[in-house]
Order: sequence, then structure tokens, then C-alpha cells
Amino acid sequence: MKSYLPGLLALVFLTGAATAQSTLYATNSGETRFFSETPAENISAVNAKSQAILNTATGELAVRMNMRDFTFPNKLMQEHFNENYMESDKYPTATFRGKVEPAPHYTQKGTYAVTAKGTFTVHGQSQERTLSGQLIVTDGTIELQTNFDVALADHKIEVPKIVFVKIAQVINVKARYVLKPYKK
Amino acid sequence: MAASKYLGLAAGVLFSAAALAQTDLLDELEQQADTAATPVVATFKSTRIINGHSVETVQRHHLDFRISHRFGRLNSGAYELFGLDQASLRLGFEYGLSDKLMIGVGRSNEQKAYDFLAKYRVLTQTTGARQVPVSVALFGSAVIRTQRSFIPGEERTFSEKLTYCGQVLVARKFSERLSLQVTPTYLYRQRPELATDVPALWAVGAGGRMKLSKRVSVNAEYFWTARGSAQVPYYNALAVGVDIETGGHVFQLHFTNSRGMVEKHFIGETTGSWGKGDVHYGFNISRVFSLEKKTKRASASW
Repeated sequence: MKSYLPGLLALVFLTGAATAQSTLYATNSGETRFFSETPAENISAVNAKSQAILNTATGELAVRMNMRDFTFPNKLMQEHFNENYMESDKYPTATFRGKVEPAPHYTQKGTYAVTAKGTFTVHGQSQERTLSGQLIVTDGTIELQTNFDVALADHKIEVPKIVFVKIAQVINVKARYVLKPYKK
Repeated sequence: MAASKYLGLAAGVLFSAAALAQTDLLDELEQQADTAATPVVATFKSTRIINGHSVETVQRHHLDFRISHRFGRLNSGAYELFGLDQASLRLGFEYGLSDKLMIGVGRSNEQKAYDFLAKYRVLTQTTGARQVPVSVALFGSAVIRTQRSFIPGEERTFSEKLTYCGQVLVARKFSERLSLQVTPTYLYRQRPELATDVPALWAVGAGGRMKLSKRVSVNAEYFWTARGSAQVPYYNALAVGVDIETGGHVFQLHFTNSRGMVEKHFIGETTGSWGKGDVHYGFNISRVFSLEKKTKRASASW
């Protein structure tokens, strides 16, 4: 009894770990951009340290990024973005947690039109969203792309009327994440 | 007996393995996130607390155009419209060579003085796993007085018109609202304006800001000077005011007993006394322009 139990346990444990590993794809350097376009001023920023993780077995997807990692061409805007609009000390991250549908053939190279339905949280306010985009399977990587709009009012992001810089009420967001097999 | 014990253990391991596979993906990302050190930004709204410099620098490839005014004394009465008839002015252009190093040039009508400055951020306060408690910047400036002497027959050589200033700025943002700074200062005049003054002057500044809202803060600043027994009609500089930020501009409105806006003047030659009502209303307007090439937007074609 005693002799084979540890072996059995190890086997069970390793199998569990192996299956968990082989289905996860992730990145720590995804790019998320946003654009605010008004007749008076166009503002754009990029976050090149976005994290994303996808479980290809279940279609579960999670995305996370630090608001402070968004860089602007104008540093004063970056400061205002963090200090005044996003309140990054209070709400340091933006996240998405959802499910990719329909399930593409992860073993077959190609570009698949997919949606991700789930919870999008920014500025501490969550919204149920269905984001549409593309999933591109290549050799060893899975690329996710999406393009969607965020209304400031949906996330209680306040822009005062008197500011000199004009900010759009609806912000366009584009994201591209190249995921690789996930190793702990 | 032993078998059941092992069975329980096996069940436990199985369960935890299952839990591992089920681990919330967001938690997984959070564990992977780089939390080593998050820099603390916006300790102050501007590169000045009021008169004196703050630890903030103009960011890389950004230009800060500053217009600063100090009106006459409030106690000059209604005839002078409480000082508004007179104005001391400084115009400045200050530029960020990098995110840590800025240079600047300014011109004050006080003594027709030109000032040249550089400020370097040597340390940035951080939070996270690796914490740095304070931000530290080094400041250096040279000021040249170009106004001719009022004393008949007095001639000054070039170096006798110069004043040098060195400062170590140490600041901490204690909370979202409160930031405080200590500023050890060394001021050197080869030939002071008054013969009774000392060439080398040590001073310590203390200042801070308290945010009232996201865009408005109350600021205060005091410079204590170590003059010893020098017989001079100078006082320590004290200023209180508010900062109002509106997008690209910062407006600083304040009351101060100093007429000048460079270290030579407000640390070394403040002639007003708060006790006597020699208080000047004044303002600084700062407009920051980004000269960064706007290539980033075009590259986002996907």
C-alpha cells in the first residue's frame, strides 16, 4: 500500500499541473491603445505592458493592465489622466474577464472572428460587454485583436467643462495581444 | 487505518490540483504583474512651490513657458491701488532635456537680471516592493545683474555681478493630498548688493502643498536664512498661495513678502516684512508645450 501511494500521488499531481499548463497562453507585453478624437484635439496613449491570459480549453480570457503604464506624447496629459480622470492611486488597474466564443480550432492556423463576452472594469466601474475581434492562430502563438468604444459616463469618469484640453465623451480602444504558451 | 489516512491525503492533493487548474485567470495575472516599484508622480503641480523650486522637473522634450508677476505692496494704499500699479516680472523658458534633467533661462525686471538654471532629479519616491521614501533633486543657477548701479561711480566687474545658487530639494508625497519639501540652500555672491552683507549665505527652505480638490491646492513656503550678525534690511521669505490647474496651464496665485522670483532675490534680498504689511500679491502662469514628435499616433494602424 505504502509503496505505490507516493507514486500515484505524484502522477495525479503532475497530470493535473500538465493539463493546466498546456492550455494556457499569456503575455505581459500586450499593447492597448486609446484614442480621444474631438474637432479641437486628438489625444492618444499606449500601454505596452498589458497582461492577457487565455485558457484554450475553456475559452476563458483575462486581461489586466496598470493605468500608470499608459504613456502619452504629452506628459502633462499623462499626469492629468492618472491624477484627475482615472484616479490611478485609487483604481490602479483596468481588467477584463470573459469568455471567447465561438471556440476556434487552436491547432489550425488561421484568422477567426470571435467575440469575448464578459466584465470590463475601469475606474472601479464594471460593465458587461461583448467585445468583437479577431483571434489569429500561428505557429506557437495566439494573437488577439479588438477594437471597441468606451463611454466615459459608463465608468463614472468625470471631465469638467472648463478644461482647456478637449476630451471626447466616447473613447476608442484598440488592443493587440500576442500570447505564447504560459510558463509559471 | 493507514490506508484511509493516505486516501484522505490523496483526495486533498487531487482537490488542490483541481483548484490549481481552476485558478482565476485574473489572479494569475496579478501574481505575474511587475510590482517591484511604482514611481510616485505629481508630488507638486508645478516646477515651483511658489517662489522656490519643487522636486518636479519639466518632462523630456517639453517646454514650460512661465510668466510670473509680483505686484507692489498691499500696504502702499489706495493711491497705488494696493500695489497693483507696480509690477515685478519674470519671463522664463524652461525645457526638459530628459525626464530627469531640465534647463532654463529667465529674465526679471528686478535688477534687469538674467538667470540660467538646471535641475536634475536624482531620486524618485516609489511604492511597491522596493520603496524609496523621498524624491530628491539637485538645483543650480547663476544670475547676472545687468542693471547699472545706483551708487555714483560704482563699477562692478563681470564676476561681481554674478550670484550662484545651489539647492538640494528633498520632498515626500505623504498622501494624495499632502506633499512636503525641505530645501537646503547655498547662495554665493562675490560682491553682495550691500557692503554689510555676507557673500556666502546658507538657508533652509520648507514648503508644501495640500490639495483641496483634484485641481486646486493650497501652498506655503518659508526660507530661513543664516545671516548671523550681518546688518542688513532683509527678512526671511514667506509665501502662501493656491495652485489652480486647468489642463495645460497651472495658475499659481499667492501673497509673498518678496518682490523677486529668483533665488538671489527672494532668499537673499527680501526687503518686505509680513509684520509691517509689506505683502505683495502675485501670480505665476505656467504653460507646458509638448515638443515630442507625434509619430506614435500614426503608427497605430492595426
